[in-house]
Amino acid sequence: MDNNILRIGCAAGFSGDRTDAAEPVVNALIAAGGPAVLIFETLAERTLALAQLARRSDPDGGYEPLLDEMLRPVLARCVKHGIRIVSNFGAANPAGAARRIHALAAELGLRAPRIAVVEGDDLSGPHHQALLADALGAQAERLQMVSANAYLGAEAIADALLAGADIVVCGRVADPSLTVGPALAHFGWARDDWTRLGRATMAGHLLECGTQVSGGYYADPGYKDVPGLARLGYPIAEIDADGHCVVGKPPGTGGRIDVHTVKEQLLYEVHDPSAYLTPDVVADIGAAELTQVGPDRVRLTGVRGHARPATLKVNVCHATGWFAEGEISYAGARAEARARLAGQVLAERLQGLGRLRIDLIGVASVFADDDGAWLADTPAGDARDVRLRVAMNHAERRGAERLVREVTALYTCGPAGGGGVRTALRPRLGTVSCSIARALVPARFRFVEASE
Amino acid sequence: MNTTVPLYRAAHGRTGDKGNRSNISVIAWHPELWPLLVEQITEEAVARQFAHRQPTRVARYLLPQLQAMNFVLDEVLDGGVNDALNLDSHGKALSFLLLDLPLRVPLSLQHRLVGPA
Repeated sequence: MDNNILRIGCAAGFSGDRTDAAEPVVNALIAAGGPAVLIFETLAERTLALAQLARRSDPDGGYEPLLDEMLRPVLARCVKHGIRIVSNFGAANPAGAARRIHALAAELGLRAPRIAVVEGDDLSGPHHQALLADALGAQAERLQMVSANAYLGAEAIADALLAGADIVVCGRVADPSLTVGPALAHFGWARDDWTRLGRATMAGHLLECGTQVSGGYYADPGYKDVPGLARLGYPIAEIDADGHCVVGKPPGTGGRIDVHTVKEQLLYEVHDPSAYLTPDVVADIGAAELTQVGPDRVRLTGVRGHARPATLKVNVCHATGWFAEGEISYAGARAEARARLAGQVLAERLQGLGRLRIDLIGVASVFADDDGAWLADTPAGDARDVRLRVAMNHAERRGAERLVREVTALYTCGPAGGGGVRTALRPRLGTVSCSIARALVPARFRFVEASE
Repeated sequence: MNTTVPLYRAAHGRTGDKGNRSNISVIAWHPELWPLLVEQITEEAVARQFAHRQPTRVARYLLPQLQAMNFVLDEVLDGGVNDALNLDSHGKALSFLLLDLPLRVPLSLQHRLVGPA
């Protein structure tokens, strides 16, 4: 048995993932015996802006709302067996999340874990305004900024683990860095060992969306069958001292890991395969190879790495007004004709208010376009179960509310038999990206004590 | 002799998104089908299939050792997850639009196709 293997299990691929994911992963890590880390990836592009808004209304909030549900089932055994936990579930308030984990550990009667927070990603404070204005250029003045975060890399995570952290709580870090950090700390690689960093980055890339590598976002009956989709196993990567990995999943769980599921995830959200940019390295899968090495076990080799970018990516979320949508259903004889008529009525009533998107769910919707070209090219048919959906952006809440009211009014004023109106109205967030020199955004870690 | 089948009988794939840009992988079900994909599933064919979404650029990257190709479509998400009015603002379903492309397959390779005809 190769005892220089680091096992990293992933128990969440986004905020909103299944919260019963971690237990089978932790069981498998304990059974395997060697050094192990559990990661949770919970930050999508806009999640942080929502977290920043939550923190504004509650200074103790702003971290992953499902933190308790994710950690409670496994925290005691992770602490007992020395399985370290690394996550970006700190969102807009890593220290708040750390304090909550201390409280949870106390509730569970555990020894106080050593919890480190990684900071430096949050650029929303007043002292960063000049830096952002510089990076964003002229558009900066017009933006109603909600959040601004740099994508930090693996180094501060590795430093925190080397300093003895049991748990590392981050805000915005690049998703693969949750894996690269523990590998850097465990294997003691040089921080410019681009080849090994590239390999560990792609291991992290395979893990970071949870079950998307093990059968989730894959099943297609008759073409791509996946057993046990309702109880998918979350992935575990076994990383060796050279950064190569084998991806597997806990025994007894549902799902599938084969070269086809792994190929799909390897290319997921990749643009140029020879230049996958992260703060840690430019990973290169141009010569990557996959080999099935056992049931539900696939080995990734051939990944290369190149020197990391000089700048860090920064995402700025800003308020962009209001989004409104409404739906109403028609069924039975001439349902499609009645739904099309309802769409025409709304277009007439809302004329001049803004661009109105019209979908006929069941006829033409998901593949269609905002300009309505696809719908216009779809000949009128006789679909018998059609849901009209309309959507609009408006700078003002009152404008957006007009759409909601007009859809609702179709109950009495629209075509025959319209039912099941649902409407939504919410503030809209936009994102712009820029690059900032690495030296201007220093990442650091610190321990948060139980008494804080 | 050739027969024409939907691409999904010869390949599978998935969509990813970043901002207003979509990437769609196309992965051969069998290495012998790979040359057909390289020859027929071109940037031009994909640009035509997505014309109504008005991509400003379609780029194809080949990974022959994986029998996989990666398409990157710029400005194809009606504004992306932040701005779009569409239902599927991530474009998750778009791989199935690409996999509807027709593929000519010689008789000698038809036993490599998957799924119900």
